[in-house]
Amino acid sequence: MEHYNMNLTVKVWRQKNSSDKGKFESYPVKNISSEMSFLEMIDVLNEQLIVEGKEPIAFDHDCREGICGMCSMYINGKPHGPWAANTTCQLHMRAFKDGDTVVVEPWRASAFPVVKDLMVDRSAFDRIIQAGGYISVNTGNAVDGNSLPINKDHADSAFAAAMCIGCGACVAACKNSSAMLFLSAKVSHLALLPQGDPERKSRVLNMVAQMDKEGFGACTNTGACEATCPKEISISNIARLNQEYLRASLTAEK
Amino acid sequence: MTWKQVFTSSVGKKLTMGLTGIFLILFLVVHAGLNACIWANDHGIMFNKGAHFMGANVIPRILEIGLFAGLLLHIIQGLMLELSNRSKRKVGYAVSYGNEGSKWYSRSMGILGTLILLFLVLHLSDFWYPNRSHQNFVLGEEIDLYEKMKTTFTELWVVIVYVLGCLSLGYHLAHGFQSAFKTLGINNRRYHIMLTSLGYGFSIIITLAFALMPISFYLGWVN
Ligand code: SF4
Ligand code: FES
Repeated sequence: MEHYNMNLTVKVWRQKNSSDKGKFESYPVKNISSEMSFLEMIDVLNEQLIVEGKEPIAFDHDCREGICGMCSMYINGKPHGPWAANTTCQLHMRAFKDGDTVVVEPWRASAFPVVKDLMVDRSAFDRIIQAGGYISVNTGNAVDGNSLPINKDHADSAFAAAMCIGCGACVAACKNSSAMLFLSAKVSHLALLPQGDPERKSRVLNMVAQMDKEGFGACTNTGACEATCPKEISISNIARLNQEYLRASLTAEK
Repeated sequence: MTWKQVFTSSVGKKLTMGLTGIFLILFLVVHAGLNACIWANDHGIMFNKGAHFMGANVIPRILEIGLFAGLLLHIIQGLMLELSNRSKRKVGYAVSYGNEGSKWYSRSMGILGTLILLFLVLHLSDFWYPNRSHQNFVLGEEIDLYEKMKTTFTELWVVIVYVLGCLSLGYHLAHGFQSAFKTLGINNRRYHIMLTSLGYGFSIIITLAFALMPISFYLGWVN
């Protein structure tokens, strides 16, 4: 890919705090390299704002290598921007052309209230995990690989589900602001492994209850979540979650 | 975990939608099959026999109560879900994700369902209500439904409204059929292709079958 520089207009959501109404502001940014990442472009813009004596844009980020899930930005109508299976930090400026206007919004969902500018509070996800996304025993040191036989298909599907980085893009993309893809990844990941089996019923029931309490919507299987997920979590996990839920609620003791 | 908790949870509500949806799909098969008798082209003899059985036999009439119960549950739960889901995003996006990530009809189940409901009001007041009220709502003698169809579908606007109603139903089914099975937990790779093709096939066949009925009368393909 040939390197080029570009001038852009960045239209960003600015909101002082969670009670502020917020509005869009447009900023010109010049001489952006096509090799830069999207967050580096925002860094350049922020330096410019600081020099001009303005408040820099608040945004979440941490690893900048596609594994932590912090970089929540809804770019030009898609969570994490135009590339498939990609996080905002791994989106490169070669995705844009000279003269483009880029619209950046925070995740929109009542369960993810805006803290400031592009930062949203995703602690609802933490509370869903606290409701059952774990196993209650200490697994100790790594044991001999063959001492606990696991069906290869299950191991692969569990691993694919465990890829979820909890970024919340699925919620941001869903018309119902549903957290089902996230939840289904967490439930599947443990339900498919022998270590997760003893608590599988209470896990799914408690996690669904917590998800509802947090104010996420109900899934209607549109598939927007799967299409935007940076880790390509399959929507078939949602069917598995439904299956787990049905089984657990039908066979619950009381 | 009480039953109430199960059926008021987000997953439980979807289960109700899926189960009643599949029940209504089964009804559509019966309805389309029976109505297809008009194409026997025997001046409606076969059709009226079928209609008579459905209207004057106690078993279909009991099932009819179940049908209305299922339909009502589907409508009320569906509308409530739609409203509650809409309330989960107070501030919308400036740029929408649009059709890139999902099919328009999968995002429009509430609207499509409402259109079908409006159509149903018209449809029931065209056929079901006059027929049942003629029977005094018990198992009495019925009106000649074939003749009723013939006269109803002489008006172009009625035919157009019916075809549009069928189209709404078709798109509702195109998403609803697969979605219902996914909600019941069936979406392994093994069933995925089978379910989607069955779903699309079913929606197309049902839409065509129903839409062709008013058209056939209007264009005089049946006598
Ligand atoms: S399922 Fe995908 S989009 Fe949703 S939180 Fe996990 S990684 Fe992000
Ligand atoms: S900053 Fe960690 S995934 Fe983007």
